Amino acid sequence: MERPLTGRMHDDGRPVGFDEYRRAGGYEAARRALTEMEPSAVTELVQEAGLKGRGGAGFNTGLKWSFVPTGDDAPRPRYLVCNADEMEPGTFKDRLLIEGDPHQLIEGMIVAARAIGAEVGYVFLRWAYRKCERRLREALAEAREAGWLGEDLQGSGFDLDIHVHVSAGRYMSGEETGLLNALEGGRAVPRSKPPYPQQSGLWGKPTVVNNVETLCNVPHIVRNGAEWYQGLSRAESGGTKLFGASGRVRRPGLWELPLGTPIREVLEEHAGGMREGYRFRGLLPGGGSTDFLVDEHLDLPLDFGPVQEAGSRLGTGTMIVLDDRTCPVGMVHNLETFFAQESCGWCTPCREGLAWVRDLLGALEEGHGHADDLELLSTHCDFLGPGNTFCALAPGAAEPLKSALQYFGDDFRRHVDEQRCPWKEA
Amino acid sequence: MLSEAERKEIEAELRIMPRRESGCVEALRAVQRHRGWVDDSAVADVAAFLGMSPDAVDSVATFYNLVHRRPVGRHVIHLCTSVTCWMLRYPEIQAAIHRELGIAPGATTDDGRFTLLPIQCLGDCDHAPAMMVDDDLHHDLVPDDVPRILERYD
Repeated sequence: MERPLTGRMHDDGRPVGFDEYRRAGGYEAARRALTEMEPSAVTELVQEAGLKGRGGAGFNTGLKWSFVPTGDDAPRPRYLVCNADEMEPGTFKDRLLIEGDPHQLIEGMIVAARAIGAEVGYVFLRWAYRKCERRLREALAEAREAGWLGEDLQGSGFDLDIHVHVSAGRYMSGEETGLLNALEGGRAVPRSKPPYPQQSGLWGKPTVVNNVETLCNVPHIVRNGAEWYQGLSRAESGGTKLFGASGRVRRPGLWELPLGTPIREVLEEHAGGMREGYRFRGLLPGGGSTDFLVDEHLDLPLDFGPVQEAGSRLGTGTMIVLDDRTCPVGMVHNLETFFAQESCGWCTPCREGLAWVRDLLGALEEGHGHADDLELLSTHCDFLGPGNTFCALAPGAAEPLKSALQYFGDDFRRHVDEQRCPWKEA
Repeated sequence: MLSEAERKEIEAELRIMPRRESGCVEALRAVQRHRGWVDDSAVADVAAFLGMSPDAVDSVATFYNLVHRRPVGRHVIHLCTSVTCWMLRYPEIQAAIHRELGIAPGATTDDGRFTLLPIQCLGDCDHAPAMMVDDDLHHDLVPDDVPRILERYD
């Protein structure tokens, strides 16, 4: 099985160095994109490969690039931003990609920047990822030294430099337009769309924001073609995906697998099943802001379409597994506490609603629940739902709650009936 | 007044920004590196240097989790309180820190050595529970690890 993203990485945690990356064919895709291909052909190739955004939204990457105006009269400068603000609860995949193989990301950024004609790139990096920052800065210096960044890359006449911005920490900074405001030095509140960032983004200029994992896929598509990329997957969407599992499984971790790998295979073969003494109750398939899936969904292929049809989202592909000795209400309370704190306060349903939801769940956990709380929580899910806020934080926050009410309704009702959390020791 | 070193660090960051106010977060971080936290005079200094109003700078400073608008100890413990660490019992780690240092989240030890702060998902969920002390990540924690880890920080 091919693992283009992680196959070169070292088990002992050392990063893949510049020379090693070159020997493995690294920067050949950048060379091709810079000297042999028209920028529009790069975009078309990535679009044809069917690469979908790996940050959570799953939008076709090549299509996103194609919205950037690139003619002679198009605005300049244009910007490419790598979203490395990994803060989705339960998500730890971009950390591995940057720590393990920083040149792969840099090469992906060179190719993407060439495709959209961006002369400046930024990596918007989470503050907690200290090792990522060190390794990325070292790798950027090596790439600059070797003529892959700077002026007139490889004699192509194309200039590009990539800068690192370390975030001061806020979940909203990972939201596409919140990130742009954060990078401009302001509060990470969302912007109204349209205009979309591809037309008017960073400092009002055309900008593409792509996730780390998305960009890491790009060199491999350029090197091996769209058909090869499609063939990597076991599903409709192309490529491999980093899938992870955390919680009370035997071997929590991260694995690069074909898109379309069934949930059961990830949980049993890779994560080793549940730990001794724990039973599976459900999982959030792609981070804290995705809907619960339960037993009946275990044979679902992990691809964008099928997971959505089952009422959830593939999200970041890193699963959080709920076991039978953990209270589902407590779990959702933890998640909503996170979302309430990280709400930027811009939109009323999110600012007011999430705090209310957090308090209702807290009261249930403390044994002060009321019979009508469940209906009230359900109503909040509608208020928080799509179309009522500028960005996806509130709808995302509603997803685990709404699905928990659906699948674990009896557990919620027990909290009310018994006036206590049944999972807490008396 | 910003020190010479602070000014230099901020200027270096401003070189990658088309507008001075875009360096606001970097400037606050630079000041915090030197002073430990961002007091009102630091907000005013950054504002003057970037050509912004103090209120505009403060609106940024108060937005981000990692800009300290109150004094912190010499070392900051960031204990992950997000979902996987919650399932794997971060409150037991928090209790162990309390036993060792006598501080609850948000508090600083009397000797100014440690501040304990809760932090959102550290992205280390396959090694939960996790915490950072300054720039160091500590993970797969059990309560008994806590004294040994903390004694490394003077």
